[in-house]
Amino acid sequence: MSAALTGLRPEAAHRPRTRLRAVPTWLLIAPALLYMGVVFLLPLANTAWVSFSDPMPGLHNYIEVLTTPAYLRIYRNTTLMALLVTGICIVMAYPLALYIARAGGAVGAVLLAATGLSFWISFLVRTYAWTVILGSRGPVSQVARWMGYDPPPVLLFTSAASIIGMTHILLPFMVLSIYVVLARIDPVLLRAASGLGATRGQTFRQVVLPLSMPGIISGSLLVFVFCLGFYVTPALIGSPRDLMVASLIATQIEDLLAFGTASAMAMLLLGATLLMLAVYDRALGLANLMK
Amino acid sequence: MSAPAAVEMRRVSRHYGSVAAVDDLDLTIAEGEFVALLGSSGCGKTTTLRMMAGLEQPSSGDIVVKGRRVNDVPVHARNVGMVFQNHALFPHRTAFENIAFGLKYRKVPKPEIARRVARALEVVRLPHVADRLPSQLSGGQQQRIAVARAIVIEPDLLLFDEPLSALDAGLRDELRVELKRIQKSLGITTVFVTHDQQEALSMADRIVVMHGGRKRQEGTPEDIYRAPNSEFVMRFFGRVNSLPGTVTSAGGGTMQVALAEGVSLPVPGDAAPGTKLSLLLRAERLRLVPDDGTPALRGHVTGVDYLGMMVRYDVACGGETFQAIQPAEDAVLPIGTPVALSLRGEDLVLS
Repeated sequence: MSAALTGLRPEAAHRPRTRLRAVPTWLLIAPALLYMGVVFLLPLANTAWVSFSDPMPGLHNYIEVLTTPAYLRIYRNTTLMALLVTGICIVMAYPLALYIARAGGAVGAVLLAATGLSFWISFLVRTYAWTVILGSRGPVSQVARWMGYDPPPVLLFTSAASIIGMTHILLPFMVLSIYVVLARIDPVLLRAASGLGATRGQTFRQVVLPLSMPGIISGSLLVFVFCLGFYVTPALIGSPRDLMVASLIATQIEDLLAFGTASAMAMLLLGATLLMLAVYDRALGLANLMK
Repeated sequence: MSAPAAVEMRRVSRHYGSVAAVDDLDLTIAEGEFVALLGSSGCGKTTTLRMMAGLEQPSSGDIVVKGRRVNDVPVHARNVGMVFQNHALFPHRTAFENIAFGLKYRKVPKPEIARRVARALEVVRLPHVADRLPSQLSGGQQQRIAVARAIVIEPDLLLFDEPLSALDAGLRDELRVELKRIQKSLGITTVFVTHDQQEALSMADRIVVMHGGRKRQEGTPEDIYRAPNSEFVMRFFGRVNSLPGTVTSAGGGTMQVALAEGVSLPVPGDAAPGTKLSLLLRAERLRLVPDDGTPALRGHVTGVDYLGMMVRYDVACGGETFQAIQPAEDAVLPIGTPVALSLRGEDLVLS
């Protein structure tokens, strides 16, 4: 035993970090686990429990949500909004990501920083900015009026406004997801393709686009999942008539005190999200998201 | 008049800002010829290749392929096959799809594509890997598929950009022989860029040594090795000793040159008696022999580098250190051994 310890000592002297090995792994991750457990898993478990037990035990909350046409319409509406925002994000983000990846150097770095910059501004602030921009006295209305549309079209508190707002907030996720994949494509592949007779357009369709699919898919997953549960932006600038699920849940709690129904709605939303993740995992592997 | 050359570069230059990567280069490559562009990095060999491919435009001069000026023809319309250092296979496509890639843009019908891809796979001796992705192939196999992809389009010109330098030694030798065989059997005009003189010597019909964007010498591998036109080219193909000497008499293309320690040798060349010269001698032409008392350069071994097949000695002689490479058939001489140096006048080159 002591011989073994002496044998280890010189190595330990060279690499002081090996002393950390004396601390069991579980102890190192314990603070994070404890924190997540208390502030996340416990409330989640509580929500699940409430959904099956409030006001009385059973599945009645789920049955209510799944058989009320008004609620189902909101789920469908939420899904459609999320799909639309995801689609718009792909179309808007791809050219930008491609440009950043091609430009490289200082131009690329500046554009990349500008894209990332919006992460640092609270999306509450960004949402309120849209209330000013889209408001009845905002710049958009002014331009519409100047062009002869008087009264100008109502923009604020419509589904269009919440789509614009959500797209704005989620676009950087899509840009960065696609950029990361595009930047990893070896430029020599493009030279190889053109050498074999492919025009620029054909090279894009045959080589660049297929190789960037993982980025498009992971970006879409992020944006879509975010959208499904988006609360602040649709609640502040969206249409009160076309609620999204998160707002519906808030209404159930704040106005109706229907904790059981709200919990069931939340669990269904969570289930839908997990289903998306499972499909993604099957197709591409969740671990690839971390790369 | 004979058929036009496969490729001609006429006074081609390529400038990056004020730097000339390629400077006024003239180069003619015959149909079916295998030419190696040899030089260290930054010598302009890769830029030359890229201009032939159409990946880069010359700043001035003309590039002519089979009698047609192609300066303004884009890459995809040039019909060149390219093989890169890191294979550049499309990672999302199988070996078959990679090879078939170029055929699709040549409007080749499907059954014909299958036939030609199968044929190309046979040429590179990998008929069984058609359905594999590049990531499922070894490094050597990947490079063979890249070669198949380049030859299947029956290019006017096949361009290799250091295709072997990413492979390990054994594989490199094997593929070197293989590429040479493929090139000869198909007769495709080929330009091969490399910084490795062994590769250039063993593969090429003709070597073009480049330096600073200019052509320093061109000729067959034997010409360039035997009769380098400059110290630069000579040093590119191995270790070179430099010996000072003085001309004592001259005439009829041969001069008598006195070296140190009473050694005098006939050397090809003409210079006035009394001229001081610097003579160059390849390390493998300098022999170490036992000291038998006759006039000779003498020294002792100061360094031994045993290479298996060969031994490289450092020999201190007067104030200088010479290098001698000997076959390792005799016992290796230990450091400190006194030796005499044997050299022949016809191996000496004027610097």
